[in-house]
Amino acid sequence: MLLLGFDTATPAVTVALHDGEQVLAQVATVDAHRHAELLAPAIAKVIADAGAEREDLTAIAVGVGPGPYTGLRVGVVTARVLGTALGIPVYGVCTLDVVAAGAIAAGTVTGAGGGEFLVATDARRREVYWARYDPAGQRLAGPGVARPDQVEGRDVPVAGEGARLYPDLLPAGREPVYPAAGDLCGIVAGSLAHSASEGPVPGGTVSPGAGALATGTGLLPPEPLYLRRPDAREPGARKRVSPSCAS
Amino acid sequence: MTGPLVLGIETSCDETGAGIVRGRELLANEIASSVAEHARFGGVVPEVASRAHLEAMVPAVDRAMERAGIKPGDIDAVAVTAGPGLAGALLVGVAAAKAYAYALGKPLYGVNHLAAHIAVDQLEHGPLPEPGIALLVSGGHSSLLLVPDVTGDVQPLGATIDDAAGEAYDKVARVLGMPFPGGPPIDRAAAEGDAGAIRFPRGKYHDGTLDFSFAGLKTAVARWVEARQDAGEPVPTKDVAASFQEAVADVLTRKAVQACQRNGVTDLLIGGGVAANSRLRSMAAERCASAGIRLRIPRPGLCTDNGAMVAALGAQIVSRGLPPSPLGLPADSSLPVTDVVVR
Ligand SMILES: [Zn+2]
Repeated sequence: MLLLGFDTATPAVTVALHDGEQVLAQVATVDAHRHAELLAPAIAKVIADAGAEREDLTAIAVGVGPGPYTGLRVGVVTARVLGTALGIPVYGVCTLDVVAAGAIAAGTVTGAGGGEFLVATDARRREVYWARYDPAGQRLAGPGVARPDQVEGRDVPVAGEGARLYPDLLPAGREPVYPAAGDLCGIVAGSLAHSASEGPVPGGTVSPGAGALATGTGLLPPEPLYLRRPDAREPGARKRVSPSCAS
Repeated sequence: MTGPLVLGIETSCDETGAGIVRGRELLANEIASSVAEHARFGGVVPEVASRAHLEAMVPAVDRAMERAGIKPGDIDAVAVTAGPGLAGALLVGVAAAKAYAYALGKPLYGVNHLAAHIAVDQLEHGPLPEPGIALLVSGGHSSLLLVPDVTGDVQPLGATIDDAAGEAYDKVARVLGMPFPGGPPIDRAAAEGDAGAIRFPRGKYHDGTLDFSFAGLKTAVARWVEARQDAGEPVPTKDVAASFQEAVADVLTRKAVQACQRNGVTDLLIGGGVAANSRLRSMAAERCASAGIRLRIPRPGLCTDNGAMVAALGAQIVSRGLPPSPLGLPADSSLPVTDVVVR
């Protein structure tokens, strides 16, 4: 297995190459405004660093957010095109699950309080994307979008950039601040190994039922989790350009 | 005829375009438009357009490959609109083009949208005259350009100082109770109206520059209609449409002919969505004929934004052996027209 994973749903552009057991190469850059510039060169770099060829890739893993739209779409469209051009499957993973996996691996949230923890990332407009996890990394609630003071159960540790942005409202901030593509690949490799042990890995793009979102670290189709509708208002009555008559 | 086989991707506004060209031969031109999703907002909503681009991108390219009868590995190069346009919309196309180029191991060319509007005419009318003058008019642009070489030397002569011509069409359509986009319904209504009924102002007509202004015209039409409504009189919609259209075509063609004469150029090319307008086409034909200027206008399907125009420009750039763009290519929403290829 040679898995290429990347996530562009936060200010970080993170890319990793994974063989199913371990990370072979990884690069990450934090720059909220240059996702489209940074992603493709980073992909070329991890593949070159690992001494691999693009034709060797067996699957693509992509963080599907939630995240601010523009950067998120760069990752998702890149994943879809690589999948179709190379003829390999594309797996989506909730970006908050990737941060949760990183927090557990780094031991920053284990053993704290009752063991549950939150992940919160920047949703802009003074809101955060959030999800709640059990100590094993199983998602219990979310993903959702809310003002930081509206996130329920804020007394547990909080991984992700949200705690750094709103330390007064989400005080128990923990590492990591951003998702790491190595953790993203780890989730996909683990899920594929799990389904392989239960039956053959499905070919093509995995499209699990909606239940996958509620039950934790399931694989998702490569569709952005926008969580918000586009800002657009239907115009009201046209405004006059001539001054109105007084009478 | 042979030449480089180029995939062109266009996402600068609300059309997701995937075109395939071999040299100057058009093989496929697939377009997915989100215009219907914008209609009720009376204009293009950038986030709605960007979401639609993401969903339409891979299916549009797949259909183009199928229509052209080629496999992805047959492609010699990938060209993409790098700007100007809506920032978030451009990013979807640029990211997709990079992924195709990288996955297929082929060079990437980030190109200028305006130059692509010019280059597309080669698919229909053969090699471009060098130099030529180009008048590009759409909802997003109104420009006069001197084009010694579409692959590397495009010089701005004039542009709108306020609204684009197509924008004025959309706003006047709204005043007249017509749907978005305003070009087609105004053109239809105008066909049955009297173009001499109302003398609307021609902005910057005598100012000696090659710039345009359509904001004053748009406001004059709204004032005229409101005065009728305030007086309780019916609005002669067809006459208003025809008189408005006459004013737009008059200004555009007058300045286009002036641009040719001042630069000693005998070939004019008109492109962009407004080039589909029947009055602009007929008036340009009359005025060019009497001024001894040869006129080229691509068919309407190649005038509006599409992927074939990007592929057509890409193919010329590849044919000249010009260097490609890096994988770090940025999208630039205000890319100057003088930057034909972004490196
Ligand atoms: Zn255009």
